[in-house]
Amino acid sequence: MSVLVNKDTKVLVQGLGKTGSFHTDKAIAYGTNMVGAVHPSRAGQTESFSGETDHSGVQGRQNTYSVELPIFRSLIEAVDATGANASVVYVPPPFAADAIMEAAEAGMPLIICITEGIPVADMVIAKRYLQDRDVRLVGPNCPGVITPQECKIGIMPGYIHTPGKIGVVSRSGTLTYEAVHQLTLSGLGQTTAIGIGGDPVNGTNFVDCLKLFNDDPDTEGVIMIGEIGGTAEEEAAEWITANMNKPVAGFIAGTSAPPGKRMGHAGAIISGGKGTAAAKIEALEAAGVVIAPTPTDMGTAMLQAMG
Amino acid sequence: MKIHEYQAKALMKDAGLSVPAGIMVTDPDAAGAAAAKLVAETGNPVVVVKSQIHAGGRGKGRFIEHPELGGVNVVLDGIDGGVEATKAKVAELASKMLGSTLVTVQTGPEGKTVNRLYIEQGIDIATELYLSVLLDRSTSRNIVMASTEGGTEIEVVAEETPEKILKEEIDPAFGLRDFQAARVAAGLGLEGPAARNAAVFLKTLTKAAVDLDTDLVEINPLVVTTDGRVMALDGKMSFEANALFRHPEIVALRDPSEEDAAEAQAKEYGLSFIKLDGSIGCMVNGAGLAMATMDIIKYVGGEPANFLDVGGGAEKEQIAAAFKIITADPNVKGIFVNIFGGIMRCDTIAEGIVAAVHEVGLDVPLVVRLEGTNVELGKQIINESELNVVSAEDMKDGAVKIVELAK
Repeated sequence: MSVLVNKDTKVLVQGLGKTGSFHTDKAIAYGTNMVGAVHPSRAGQTESFSGETDHSGVQGRQNTYSVELPIFRSLIEAVDATGANASVVYVPPPFAADAIMEAAEAGMPLIICITEGIPVADMVIAKRYLQDRDVRLVGPNCPGVITPQECKIGIMPGYIHTPGKIGVVSRSGTLTYEAVHQLTLSGLGQTTAIGIGGDPVNGTNFVDCLKLFNDDPDTEGVIMIGEIGGTAEEEAAEWITANMNKPVAGFIAGTSAPPGKRMGHAGAIISGGKGTAAAKIEALEAAGVVIAPTPTDMGTAMLQAMG
Repeated sequence: MKIHEYQAKALMKDAGLSVPAGIMVTDPDAAGAAAAKLVAETGNPVVVVKSQIHAGGRGKGRFIEHPELGGVNVVLDGIDGGVEATKAKVAELASKMLGSTLVTVQTGPEGKTVNRLYIEQGIDIATELYLSVLLDRSTSRNIVMASTEGGTEIEVVAEETPEKILKEEIDPAFGLRDFQAARVAAGLGLEGPAARNAAVFLKTLTKAAVDLDTDLVEINPLVVTTDGRVMALDGKMSFEANALFRHPEIVALRDPSEEDAAEAQAKEYGLSFIKLDGSIGCMVNGAGLAMATMDIIKYVGGEPANFLDVGGGAEKEQIAAAFKIITADPNVKGIFVNIFGGIMRCDTIAEGIVAAVHEVGLDVPLVVRLEGTNVELGKQIINESELNVVSAEDMKDGAVKIVELAK
């Protein structure tokens, strides 16, 4: 078991530029079931992907792969033709929010947006558009979601992951890799690793992921990686206190960050003392989360939390 | 991206918001002339001389060179002495303020040089209020924040009398509605024409905030004049970086003299860099890891000299540029390179480091921690380079080593 994505996930890619093509190739090499792409001006064509299989991914495959990926005019056409149940967005920033909304309109149950640099105002509108629709957005500005040896959607290096029992949720890309790497080395492995992204307006938050992991029978513990700004970690701490029945470890980046350098003057007020790393660590520790003092200690903290 | 008060007020005026008449000047003679012009146009003998820097707290700030002077000065000389007295006083103030260093609670002890002044007409104030429009991250929507406690820092109000802060959520599908604007005006204790004017002001301001992609608009104080008009007496606007591509008119307002030169240089190479006060230079891939690298340096007893994220696809040129920017800081006594290679391969990074050191030279200790894709190849390149580089096993090991070597 796992959360969000597994071997039955059928993935469409939105945005087949240089980045989108590169990571689609990596995903196919890993064994992700990529079923199509959306690109209006290339509708009806296919894009070829071939190369050496990444054997750290889905097991029991041949050593090479060769795939002709069909390209569709619109999301709705692509879903009708392929039965896709997830999409990954690599569309450039000015158009990415629109791509998310198009996927939402088509009823895509899972939309994972990798794109970095989307205007906040666009995301405010996109999130409003998603509000009454039964779809889930992960990201934007995130590495994606991976269930080891089943499905890799996004830009993370597949080979550092190994199937196991820890759910990973993080606001930071490279810190996710650090955590995953340590969990692999410690033998705990991962059920699913979710990058929720570093933007102020995102789809899925810590609480959403904690709920998913709490309900997943194969997940035995969760590691969450947060950073300064906003109150998502504090909200997670409240939820953990009230609902979580699995051990949680964590790390918060930014204890040394100078105050006011990034957070807007009046932005600090909404959080009312709740935006600093110290406040987040205090809230999480009060909820029983084992906080790693440094990123090198994330695996150890998880082992400690597991008892 | 931040802009000056006078620029923010020009944008507000363009949007149809009421602001006092004012003129930006850069020399004392022009300051005097601007004051005379304002007195003639408005009939009000009072003018205000305001320092233009990208930091708040100007009124209570003090000049290092002229400790008797604040950053904002009201000139009353014209009430008895006529326009010539106003002109003389404004020119005298301007000659002291321009080129001097203003220290406020937001500038840090080193302060900021004042290169521009805004000469503004005096206003007969009945009431001072507070108003801002900003993103509420927990709801993913913009909100209007208002308070009767104008002129006071909003953080102080939030701390001491949070019940005096009114909030109104803006649904992006509908904008701020009339009933919401009216509710804020009533909550601020306004009645009659002042209440109506405030509601119109609010609606106009929230629309401008969305149109201009601001990440913060703050008006403190927003004033009601003795004749019931509602006006922005101060104005602060900053803009959301991701949206600047669609606002060339805003980008044109950038004042490079307000920005850190190294940070600007880094931006040109696609590097995300923030200068800090410590002695350990950091070069990292990924924003979260870069922040965590600063944290771990501090944790083991050092002080980071910078935040630097080279991003996911850095090439040799960017790594060389990063090295140059780090080593240009005379405070740097050691450099810690911390890379978790994902898509970016460790051997590419290693080659970049070796080439950069050959090109830029290296006078301080360098510790490199590589992990991830092609890590063995990367380490081999570093080891065979005969550079004076220390390898680290993991992040903590690297932090300990560089802090020790930089002593």
